[in-house]
Amino acid sequence: MLIRRPDDIPSAEITPEGVYHDRRRFLGAAGTLGLGLATGLVTPGLLSACAPGDVREANGEVERGAQPLPDDRTPYETATTYNNYYEFGTDKEDPSANAGALRTRPWSVVVEGLVKRPATYALDDLLKGLTPIERVYRMRCVEAWSMVIPWLGVPLRDVLARVEPLPSARFVEFTTLYDPKQMPGQRGGVLPWPYKEGLRLDEAQHPLTLLATGMYGKALPNQNGAPLRLVVPWKYGFKGIKAIVKIRLTDKQPRTTWNDAAANEYGFYANVNPAVDHPRWSQARERRIGEFRRRPTLPFNGYGEQVASLYSGMDLRRDF
Amino acid sequence: MATTALAPKLRKRLVWLAIFLASAAPALYLGWQLWLAWNFRSSDLGKDPVKGIEHATGETAIRFLALTLAVTPVRQLTGWNWLAPYRRMLGLFMFFYASAHLAVFYALDLEMNLGEVATEIVKRPYLVVGFVAWLLLVPLALTSTKGMIRRLGGKRWNRLHKATYAVAALGMLHYFWSQKKDITDPLLFSLVFVALFAWRGVRAWQRRAAAVRPLRERAA
Repeated sequence: MLIRRPDDIPSAEITPEGVYHDRRRFLGAAGTLGLGLATGLVTPGLLSACAPGDVREANGEVERGAQPLPDDRTPYETATTYNNYYEFGTDKEDPSANAGALRTRPWSVVVEGLVKRPATYALDDLLKGLTPIERVYRMRCVEAWSMVIPWLGVPLRDVLARVEPLPSARFVEFTTLYDPKQMPGQRGGVLPWPYKEGLRLDEAQHPLTLLATGMYGKALPNQNGAPLRLVVPWKYGFKGIKAIVKIRLTDKQPRTTWNDAAANEYGFYANVNPAVDHPRWSQARERRIGEFRRRPTLPFNGYGEQVASLYSGMDLRRDF
Repeated sequence: MATTALAPKLRKRLVWLAIFLASAAPALYLGWQLWLAWNFRSSDLGKDPVKGIEHATGETAIRFLALTLAVTPVRQLTGWNWLAPYRRMLGLFMFFYASAHLAVFYALDLEMNLGEVATEIVKRPYLVVGFVAWLLLVPLALTSTKGMIRRLGGKRWNRLHKATYAVAALGMLHYFWSQKKDITDPLLFSLVFVALFAWRGVRAWQRRAAAVRPLRERAA
């Protein structure tokens, strides 16, 4: 075991007061995490090896402008009972009620298309040797509400590096599990199933883009996208595809589910942009879940310093 | 002697009170839930209580519109003519819930930002539709008193209050349009309205047929 001197401990690793007071529950959760730890998949976020600089930058503290509003973490109970996950129903409470029976082990991910190592990977193999890091990100839903969630995951680019995209690859397409037996929402035709999402390769390789396996220091609950989901903090939440079973590298912009369902309302890029309204509501402000007042929405959800350069020269009103 | 004379009056009062309280109950309940949410306690309004109360008031308005329009068919089916005077009360409660819906949108959702209300209503067609539906309700509510009915005369008053059908159509369009993707709820409600409209259509057709028949018989 590594024994550190006090001044070696970065501030991000110090247990927050709230967690200290809540330590019994944390210890309980840590117990259930033992299995995850043993397989090297999950590391308790509070002790994670994440560079503190990353967290602070990702949290956008530099960006928040003249009158910073607090970015308190959304309570775990809220983040796990207020979800958009139409595979389990269209009401916000449906996923937490209906996702419990989803079997997330064993889980495999097909990697195909323009890669050197296409294969069906067992999830553990796909992530083997990659250390999960904790990232506290704002999550902005296209419906104009938001949360702050501490994710556990690995940068998508590390996983992509493992499968080695060919030089001709320009986009990444993701697909959710299709199994109406386990996902009751798929028995209806609310959306064309299975759910698909996509990113440009440079977006996918951006260091902020995560493949998440956990949150709040625990394994990912089913309703939040277990066992593997995408987190792209500068885009609207629907880009964060859940229960991923396929990753395909392509040279053409992939079709995405919400864009297919309503192209005038949901674009391929879906970057958080207060200047581009949804046709039926303004995106200028958002309501942080748990608050009554709205707060201003930040361009790129406050991560503009890190990601704006990806879109230089583009008309983000047209490519919304 | 005195009790038999008083009983029908008392019973009428009690029925009135019961219907009034039942109609006011959703408002009291929603008010209580909003108070809980405001104090960061868990409530039936969900994790986003502003959205929760916005949807709940709108849906309650639609329910009361259906109830109002159901009074006449129910009377005709069952002969319960004592229901007739309550149509006005239900209609006024409908106006109350529709106004609450608009007030929640203005005060809680848009935080009383008048400029934003104006631009939002102009920019979003489904809001225009909802707002026009509410505007149509205003003259109906204003002319709901006995004095106004007398001043307008029964025929003109009846014609004016046919606007309720337009309110139902616009209200349902607003409801459908506001949904992100899942239109199950507005679809179920619209079935109710289709049934209520169909009943009226059939009755009108029967009345016309009944009015024509004696003429034919006379001609024969």
